[in-house]
Amino acid sequence: MTRMSGSQALVESLKREKVKEIFGIPGGQILPLYDVIYDCGIRHILAHHEQCAAHMADGYARAKGSPGVCFATSGPGATNLVTGIATAYMDSSPVIAFTGQVSRVMIGKDAFQEADIVGITTPITKYNVQIQQASEIPVSVKMAFHIASTGRPGPVLVDLPRDVQIESDQMDFAASYDLRGYKPNIEPHPIQVKRAVEFLLQAERPIMLVGGGAIISNASQEVLRLAEFMLMPIGTTLMGKGIIPETHPLSIGMVGMHGKAEANKLIPESDVLLAVGMRFSDRTTCRLDQFCPDAKIIHIDVDSAEIGKNAKVDLPIVADARKTLTQILEQIVQKMAKREKSTWFDRVHTLKTQFQNNKSNGQGIKPYEIADELRRILSSNAIVTTEVGQNQMWAAQHYDALEPRTYITSGGLGTMGFGFPAALGAKVAKPDVPVVDIAGDGSFIMTEQDLATSFLEKIPVIVVILNNSMLGMVAQWQRFFYNRRYSASELKNVPDFVKLAEAYHVNGVRVGSVGEFSKALREALKSDVTTVIDVPISPDENVLPMVPAGMGLKDMMIVGE
Amino acid sequence: MTEEQTYIIGTLVEHKPGVLFEVANMFRRRGFNIESISVGVTEQKDLARMTITVNGDERTIEQVVKQLNKLINVIKVSILDPNTTVTREMALIKIHVADTKARSDIIQYVDIFRSHIIDISSDSVIVEITGDSEKIDAFLDLAMPLGIKEVARTGITALSRGGKAIKE
Ligand SMILES: Cc1ncc(C[n+]2csc(CCOP(=O)(O)OP(=O)(O)O)c2C)c(N)n1
Repeated sequence: MTRMSGSQALVESLKREKVKEIFGIPGGQILPLYDVIYDCGIRHILAHHEQCAAHMADGYARAKGSPGVCFATSGPGATNLVTGIATAYMDSSPVIAFTGQVSRVMIGKDAFQEADIVGITTPITKYNVQIQQASEIPVSVKMAFHIASTGRPGPVLVDLPRDVQIESDQMDFAASYDLRGYKPNIEPHPIQVKRAVEFLLQAERPIMLVGGGAIISNASQEVLRLAEFMLMPIGTTLMGKGIIPETHPLSIGMVGMHGKAEANKLIPESDVLLAVGMRFSDRTTCRLDQFCPDAKIIHIDVDSAEIGKNAKVDLPIVADARKTLTQILEQIVQKMAKREKSTWFDRVHTLKTQFQNNKSNGQGIKPYEIADELRRILSSNAIVTTEVGQNQMWAAQHYDALEPRTYITSGGLGTMGFGFPAALGAKVAKPDVPVVDIAGDGSFIMTEQDLATSFLEKIPVIVVILNNSMLGMVAQWQRFFYNRRYSASELKNVPDFVKLAEAYHVNGVRVGSVGEFSKALREALKSDVTTVIDVPISPDENVLPMVPAGMGLKDMMIVGE
Repeated sequence: MTEEQTYIIGTLVEHKPGVLFEVANMFRRRGFNIESISVGVTEQKDLARMTITVNGDERTIEQVVKQLNKLINVIKVSILDPNTTVTREMALIKIHVADTKARSDIIQYVDIFRSHIIDISSDSVIVEITGDSEKIDAFLDLAMPLGIKEVARTGITALSRGGKAIKE
């Protein structure tokens, strides 16, 4: 036991959790804590909007695979975190937010800058708590990190009344806790594993469909080994991108509303679907009853509530993906020889070849050319983040992710403005790896002020704006389904991103050809400040394939049809 | 879709502030409807028991249970089988007493339903009645013509028969 203030106890607890970086913005009700932060040895990165602090912590967490921490003051500081927390919640990312709060006696009085952030974030956190006494801090922080990072990870918020930060008390850092309501199931049930093996052995057209859960569980090797042994094609959700190299012959790419044509053709043909760490979201399945109508579904997920939530499954396995796949493979290798060829694999190969050149034929620089150049020039461990809209889907379709945790995107919430701060967070997590945000103009505008953070905190990233001077994805829907009535979707080339970059003392460059882009990218990779590359593209460019809302995968629209 | 029916869910939760809000919030956010909910402390002072009744088909109820289980402050959830469960609800009912005829009717009903009159004034009585929900509904139907001024019902609370218990 040691006597210290709540703030000191918090910082000591963070050190014990090996926190090296914190993203945040101070304010009145969190000043006691910031006074301790001042010379505590943990790096504090001053964000320029709390939403960005949360996205940075999120990008950090996704790149690194361990919790990211953000701080905000009470009231508006805390409510500014909300979009970031909701984004992390939808994508199961371990973000831990600490918020200042008015002093205990003031709570409920509508004090200056009071907001019920615990109430507000209840539906978008895995767990949240308001600390009532300073002495609770050591245990509460341990619990926060444990809950955020185990089972199905997710954001946790800890609300710290100002007087609790100041209060001095005996602190017990060795104290243990019992989370009697939280016992994630990690080990697969042997009978379920055995049945999964039987399903797979009987399958003629098996597909593995892998989501973000497999990346969280570090299951890359296991996914690939099982697929290679059985010659089973691997599709991914948006969140699953990077689980295996997308250049692999068995990779069929992303499935869903903007999935790859071959993937969307193959899924409905499957007879066994091995779904790993994915949640049958509507953007992946489109019309659910036409998704894989003839397939038996095996669903592996660590969150039992995902089983049966959206799709009816034939065989649920509530457990860690990696452990489960390991056990499945162990049994498979005993029961069959490694498959060297199959008509199903031939079909996969045929479709992949058929669609490999099914790309846009529009005017000017085409988005896929930029994606190709990025892939050609960037190292395999380079991290790409995306904004939301067409840019995100072009990146998903055309940029081959090669390693897990190198494709970071707001999948579940679809948060415009996520990509840039997430890139900053990822760069802090992996300073030696290039980090590129594939952006749309509209999205970048939403969080561009954190160029200041990038400059001041020396976090160099590269922002590639696929600039169609439109809220492109909105415009695409209006083009297809609203008779080209571009209601409120034109951005009209404001601002000038080169000048904007310069105003923040970072590099800005506009390119007019793919060659110029490559040159700019190579320069940017050498620079020790952030570079914003403005790539003007046609406002008429569409994302295809596309499955119209309410339709099945088979009904996708593709280029040239 | 399987048929809708009423399920009774017994839930043990951490007895601390905010947990009822968390549970109610989860129901609202996921689009599940609570028919009734009753909450109280248990034999262990740091545990509270919620008895929640929900209407829905089997698949919905399965989701309700899983989503409840997912809440960190929820410790144990189980669906109580109506065949092996005793359920009780209590109601306080304030009834208008127009004349002596009404008064004697009420006394008679109270007697038949084995309930109690716990307050009397010149023109009203308060009846306390305990039983399953159907019994309370029946009493209310009967008393309706006399004029019901106010009703406060606790919602169902339930335990399974015999030695079985919902424990941590
Ligand atoms: C915060 C937020 N607001 C609104 C939307 C709705 N929305 C989805 S895509 C989109 C347009 C995105 O435009 P831009 O960033 O320029 O990307 P593009 O589609 O042109 O590539 C909008 C407004 C959203 N996803 N997120």
